[in-house]
Amino acid sequence: MEAATAPAVAAFHVTKKFPGVIANEDVTFDVRVGEVHALLGENGAGKTTLSNILTGLYRPDSGWIEVLGQKAEFHSPRDAIAAGIGMVHQHFRLIPTFSVAENIALGSAHNPVAGRFDMSAIEERIVALSESFDLPVDPRAKIWQLSVGEQQRVEIIKVLYRDARVLIMDEPTAVLTPVESEVLATTLQSMARNGRSVVFISHKLGEVASIADRVTVLRHGRSIETVTENDVTALASLMVGRDVESVKRSTESTTQSLAASTPVVLEIDDLRAVGDRGLTALDGVSLNVRAGEIVGVAGVAGNGQRELVEILAGLRRSVSGSIRVDGESLENGSTRHPIRLGVSYVPQDRMGTGLAPDLTIAENMALKKYRRPPVARPPFIRQSVIDAEARELMERFDVRAPSETTPTRRLSGGNVQKVLLAREMSGDPKVLVIASPTQGLDVGAVATVHQLLLDAAESGVGILLVSEDLDEVLALSHRIAVMYEGRVLDVVERSDADVQRIGLLMGGEMEESA
Amino acid sequence: MRRFGFRLEPRSDLPKWLPWAVPVGSFFAALLVGAIVLGVTGQNPLSVYARIVDRAFISEGAFSGTLVSATPLLFTGLCAAVAFRIGFFNIGGEGQFVMGAIFGSGIALKLGADAPGVLSVAAMIVFGAIGGGLWALIPGILKARFRTNEIITSLMLNYVAAVIATYLIFDSNSFWRELSGSGAVFPKGKVLPTVAWWPKLDFGSIIVPFGFLLGMVIAGWLYALQRKTRFGFEMRVVGGAPTTARYAGMKPTRVVVAVAALSGALAGIGGATDVGNFRHILDPKGLQQSGFGYAGIVVAALARLNPVAVVFVAILLGGITNAGYALRGPDFPAGLVGVLQGLILFCTLGGEVLARYRITRSARPSGVETTLEPA
Repeated sequence: MEAATAPAVAAFHVTKKFPGVIANEDVTFDVRVGEVHALLGENGAGKTTLSNILTGLYRPDSGWIEVLGQKAEFHSPRDAIAAGIGMVHQHFRLIPTFSVAENIALGSAHNPVAGRFDMSAIEERIVALSESFDLPVDPRAKIWQLSVGEQQRVEIIKVLYRDARVLIMDEPTAVLTPVESEVLATTLQSMARNGRSVVFISHKLGEVASIADRVTVLRHGRSIETVTENDVTALASLMVGRDVESVKRSTESTTQSLAASTPVVLEIDDLRAVGDRGLTALDGVSLNVRAGEIVGVAGVAGNGQRELVEILAGLRRSVSGSIRVDGESLENGSTRHPIRLGVSYVPQDRMGTGLAPDLTIAENMALKKYRRPPVARPPFIRQSVIDAEARELMERFDVRAPSETTPTRRLSGGNVQKVLLAREMSGDPKVLVIASPTQGLDVGAVATVHQLLLDAAESGVGILLVSEDLDEVLALSHRIAVMYEGRVLDVVERSDADVQRIGLLMGGEMEESA
Repeated sequence: MRRFGFRLEPRSDLPKWLPWAVPVGSFFAALLVGAIVLGVTGQNPLSVYARIVDRAFISEGAFSGTLVSATPLLFTGLCAAVAFRIGFFNIGGEGQFVMGAIFGSGIALKLGADAPGVLSVAAMIVFGAIGGGLWALIPGILKARFRTNEIITSLMLNYVAAVIATYLIFDSNSFWRELSGSGAVFPKGKVLPTVAWWPKLDFGSIIVPFGFLLGMVIAGWLYALQRKTRFGFEMRVVGGAPTTARYAGMKPTRVVVAVAALSGALAGIGGATDVGNFRHILDPKGLQQSGFGYAGIVVAALARLNPVAVVFVAILLGGITNAGYALRGPDFPAGLVGVLQGLILFCTLGGEVLARYRITRSARPSGVETTLEPA
């Protein structure tokens, strides 16, 4: 539909910086009345920041927003709601013990008499909305009784109830089952037909191509292009669109394939698991890592990578399938067994999972060897050994801190990661599982960490590198596995890696027969 | 939250003097507020404080009396300190103390007058520890298994323990109750055989109860346990970062249960001490009135959960309590000791916030940004 009227909402040259990060830079796009408009981009492309600006949570450093052709300034989400912009968050903001109607009425400006809730009027209005937008929901049901899909409907009605003309939906299908996702797609299109506008944030190419009227692609915080494209290949190259040659050149020397005779140190076979919300997180993952090999796991966050590494570390139980480390089978759900078998793990959440922030560097470095000699002389531990080994590791891994007794919470991000790597690499590991190794680090630290990983592989450690940063995966890996919705869609040799195809796989698109 | 224009911001690093300055500063702040209370009620704060110091530590026999008051506080203080350190908020020291007294007096009565004194005393220590330990295991296991809130469960069990003790003496013809002589008329407990009376050691001018020495030894042992052993290392990690503990192959729930039992056992030994060293009788009313379990929380907080510091804080607060007994009379406000203890806890907890956070003027205009994670 070509709109003669002004766009429902539009952003002009919006820039938003956070300390050390430019989240949005010169972003311009517009959403027409009655269209489903997708914001497509990888993690960290700036989608969420942009939607937070549109809903008044953040204020842009420069640039401006227009609503129906009028310049608008939002000081708080309240202003955005008043201007008819509502957001459906990925993680719902509902009170489980309240009814649907109570949740919807909560904080709404539609209380006819201040201080008094006319529940039946509220319920009537909810029923009317749910009928006209085909969003069946019982206003008296309690939230905890509803499925995730139903809860999302409540969130949508909550926004419609406040007369939103524009709905922004942040990764709405991430929490839904495939069937629920299809229902949602129809709902969104019917809302568009009813004259509302939908901003649909996603990284799933197929979804975007089939639902959206137009797509704005964000990359590294910039709006690259707005297209009416529904060809997934074209969208994939817009989304990933990087200078493949430069990456290749920098890594040629390190990523020759390993000889087929190299022993396999990590063998994952048909692994299945459920995530925190009870949905399938791993749907039959099989993957091998050989000694001295770096296998990169690429994929957008939330496609099972977290569950995979947590199972390898014993922090999560699998439902079925097997894991073998150097031929020996790994106990399900034991955190001690992987340590004993030589599986090192550097978690993504370094401070929250990898380290005890209040303890010293030395104590943190001893975290996985405090149980055995020479550190332990049961029932005692030898502080002098802990300190001496820590000093040596700090020297070897170039950890910059006043002393080994400095609490780790005082360290910079790069030094934190070095402490973790020092501990995880020092115990003579067979396998190193590492998640987002350079997330949040500065350029210098990134280079150091990468070099440490390459050195470890050189010395025969099999490394499973999970990262959302495709450049990193391409730069370090011998082989690349792409995960999407709990499955490994494909494993490719680095030398044959086709970035465009990896981009397609990350978006859930298997190549067309070719 | 920020409507007042001030915000609490976590301090990034703590200066070395702060851990010492906070409890000392809090103590003097409490004295200052206490002085205002005294002033308002027409007392001269300085002379009241001077008299407290005199009757707690200086005058003849004062320090010996102070050690008697300090002994139960030492045990309940250790009980709270060891549990709080790993984030297990055992408020049940009171009930565990009572269970220790019941178990300790029970075994002493059972062994009777013919048992060797050493055996009786040793058995009382062991049984006191068992009584208190089992009582603390209940909230410990409930927390580990069902994630119940240990503050509530351990607190509730205090009342249960108190009722059990009352039942044994007042509402039943139990083994603990004296049924002959005056006991037939007024319900009271059996007096322990004198072989089970714990010794008091005479060091010239100061008499030290055996229980206090025992507590000091245990405090030193706890310090070593926390600093020098594998289990102590696990306690430190579990207390500060439970997720990390699991990641490192530890079993946080087991550590929590073990520490719960240890904590309860400490209070239980305190209960056994109370019967063995001082009362020589199971006295439910006396136990209830003294509220050692709750005072132990004050002791632990002021000692910043350091077992060795608990010894000194117990002496300090024991001194105030002791002086309170000695000075009680028409010209001395009877509730003052309680008021002072309450103020000390209040100021310590307040001081703790100041130690961890700094107060800043809110820089940003009103909005909701603080509730958001950066994109």
